[in-house]
Amino acid sequence: MSRSRYTQRHCCQYQWSTLELLPETRAFQGSIFQKHHGFSTSASDGASAGADEEKGTIPVTFVSKDGEEIPIQVPIGMSMLEAAHENDIELEGACEGLLACSTCHVIVMDMEYYNKLEDPADEENDMLDLAFGLTET
Amino acid sequence: MAIFRARRVLWRSFSTISSHPLRVCIVGSGPAGFYTAEKILKTHQGSQVDIIDRLPTPYGLVRSGVAPDHPETKNVINQFSRVAQNGRCSFFGNVALGSSISLVELQELYHVVVLAYGAESDRVVGIPGEDLKGVHSAREFVWWYNGHPDGRNLDPDLKNTDTAVILGQGNVALDVARILLRPTSELAITDIASHALTALEQSSIRKVYLVGRRGPVQAACTAKELREVLGIKDLYIHIKETDLKITPADEEEMKNSRIHRRIYELLSKAATAGPSQPSSGQRELHFVFFRQPDRFLESYDKKGYVSGVHLEKTGLKGIGSGKQIAIGTGQFENLSCGIVLKSIGYKSVPVDDLPFDNQKGVVPNVKGRVLSDNSGDPTSFENGLYVCGWLKRGPTGIIATNLYCAEETVASLSEDLELGVLASTTRLPKLGRDGLLQILDNRNVRVVPFSAWERIDKEEKRLGSLRNKPREKLTSREELLKVAGSE
Repeated sequence: MSRSRYTQRHCCQYQWSTLELLPETRAFQGSIFQKHHGFSTSASDGASAGADEEKGTIPVTFVSKDGEEIPIQVPIGMSMLEAAHENDIELEGACEGLLACSTCHVIVMDMEYYNKLEDPADEENDMLDLAFGLTET
Repeated sequence: MAIFRARRVLWRSFSTISSHPLRVCIVGSGPAGFYTAEKILKTHQGSQVDIIDRLPTPYGLVRSGVAPDHPETKNVINQFSRVAQNGRCSFFGNVALGSSISLVELQELYHVVVLAYGAESDRVVGIPGEDLKGVHSAREFVWWYNGHPDGRNLDPDLKNTDTAVILGQGNVALDVARILLRPTSELAITDIASHALTALEQSSIRKVYLVGRRGPVQAACTAKELREVLGIKDLYIHIKETDLKITPADEEEMKNSRIHRRIYELLSKAATAGPSQPSSGQRELHFVFFRQPDRFLESYDKKGYVSGVHLEKTGLKGIGSGKQIAIGTGQFENLSCGIVLKSIGYKSVPVDDLPFDNQKGVVPNVKGRVLSDNSGDPTSFENGLYVCGWLKRGPTGIIATNLYCAEETVASLSEDLELGVLASTTRLPKLGRDGLLQILDNRNVRVVPFSAWERIDKEEKRLGSLRNKPREKLTSREELLKVAGSE
C-alpha cells in the first residue's frame, strides 16, 4: 500500500486552532486551490506582525487569480471558507462547509507544515476522491 | 491606414457596448442551469437571464434526485435561490420546452439559449422480459420516493416479496438499496415523500442484491456512499471473497485511480469484517459481481410479473488504455426476486429541431456550442445555441461537476460574443422575458415565478413541521399549482 501523502485538506475543515498546539511556530504558509478564482492565501508569521493576541486572530492574505491581495484578520478556529465569505471573497462552497461536496479544498504547499497536521479523516478523503485538481503533493 | 484602424476600433466597441441587453434563456433549473445563470450574470453585467423548467418547482435533481437522507448535499439550493433572486434573473416554472414553447420560438425571443434540461429517460438493458411488471428503472423509483409529480403513480409493489435485485452498482443503485434497507424510523424525519414512507413501512423486502457485470475494482460508486451503506445499523453484508481476487490489469486500474483503489479497499474490508451468516430476521445486502442479466424471468403464478433474473457469469477483457469490459462465459444461474430496479444509467430526451446523438444520448457539441448535426463537422454550429450539464456531457458526475461544465459553456459563449460570432443576433433587440410571458399568457400556460415557488416552499416546510420533517413535499401538479396561486 502506498504511503503517498496528499497535501490536500478541506478548507472548510481546516481549523486554525490546530496551530496553537504546535509549540515551534504560530505561523502557517499555505495556499488554497480554487480553480475558478485562483485564490491563494498566506498567513504571515504571527509573532512578528499582525497577529492580534487579545482578539485571537491571525492575519491571512487571499491572493486572487489576477494577483490582487486581500489581507484580512481571521479568528483562530474559523475555517478558510467561512473567513472568505465573511469578507466577501468569492469561494465556491456548495455544501456550505458540511463536508458533503468537493467544491473547496486546500493545498498545503509546505511539506513540513503538512506533516504537523493530523491525517485526513476517512470522510475528508472520500470527498477528496472527487475534488477537481487533486494532486499527489 | 489610420482611418481603417479607427473604424475597426469603433466596430469592436460598438459590438461590445451594444445598447441591447443580452437576453439569455436557460432551459432547466438544476445545477447546470443555475451555475450557468450565475456565471452569465457575473460575466456579462448587462445581461438578463430567464430560467424555465417544466416543473412548477426548481432545482432539478437536487430536489428530485438527491436522497432524502442526504440533506447536506441539498445546501447548494441556498446558493441557487440567491441567483434566482438577482434582479436580472427570473425563474419561470411549469413552462415546458416543446409543449409550452418551442425551441425555435425561444431562439426568436432571446439572443442566446442554453439547454440544461438533463436526462429524464433511461438506458435500456435490452433483454427479454424487460416490460414485466415489477421491473422498474431506478430513476422512476427515485422520483417516486422523492415526490416528483411524474413519479407518484409508480406504486411499486414492496409487499409481494422479500428480495429486491438492483442492476448496477453506482451511487444511484446504492441510494435505492439504502432507502429499501434503512430503518423507516430514520427515514420518517427526512423529506421523503409520504406515500413512499408508508409503502416502505409496509414493505416486506429484507434482502437486496446489487448486481454488477464487472468486479469490485470497476464498481462505479464512490467511497462516501459505499461507506454509508456498509454502515447501516444491523445490516448483514455479503461479498464473495473469491470476487475480490485481482488481476494485474486490476492492479493497473487501481494504480491510476484513487477512487477505485479506495472502493476496492472498502469492499475487501467489508467482506471479512462481519459474521459469515445473517442472524434471524436481519436485513441483508449482497454485492454480486461478474454477473450480467440475460433475461427477466416471468412468474408462473402471476402472469406478467417478474419472478427473478437469469444471470450470465462474466469475465473481464482488456480493450486497451487500461479499460476492461465484461464478456459472457456461457454459465448461467437464476436469482429470484419480486422487484427489479435497473440502475444502469440515465439518458437524455431529444426535442424537435434539436440535433441529437442517439448513440451517446447527448446533444452534439464542442465545449458547449451545439453542432448543427452529428457529422462531426466541427465548424458548423447552431448560432446562439449552447448546452450544459448532462445534456452536454452525458449523465455522469456530481453536482460540482456542473460548476466546471458551466464555466466551459459560458467561456464559449463569451468568446463568441467577443469575436462577434453572435453579432447577427446581438445587433438586434430581443423581446426576451416580456415576449415569452406574452406568448405563454396567450396559450393559458400557468407560469410559476420564483415568488410563487417561495409560497410552495413555505407551505411544504409548514406541513413538514407538523410531522417532524424538514418539509412535506407536495407531489401533484394540481397541489403545487394551487399553492403557487394564480399570477
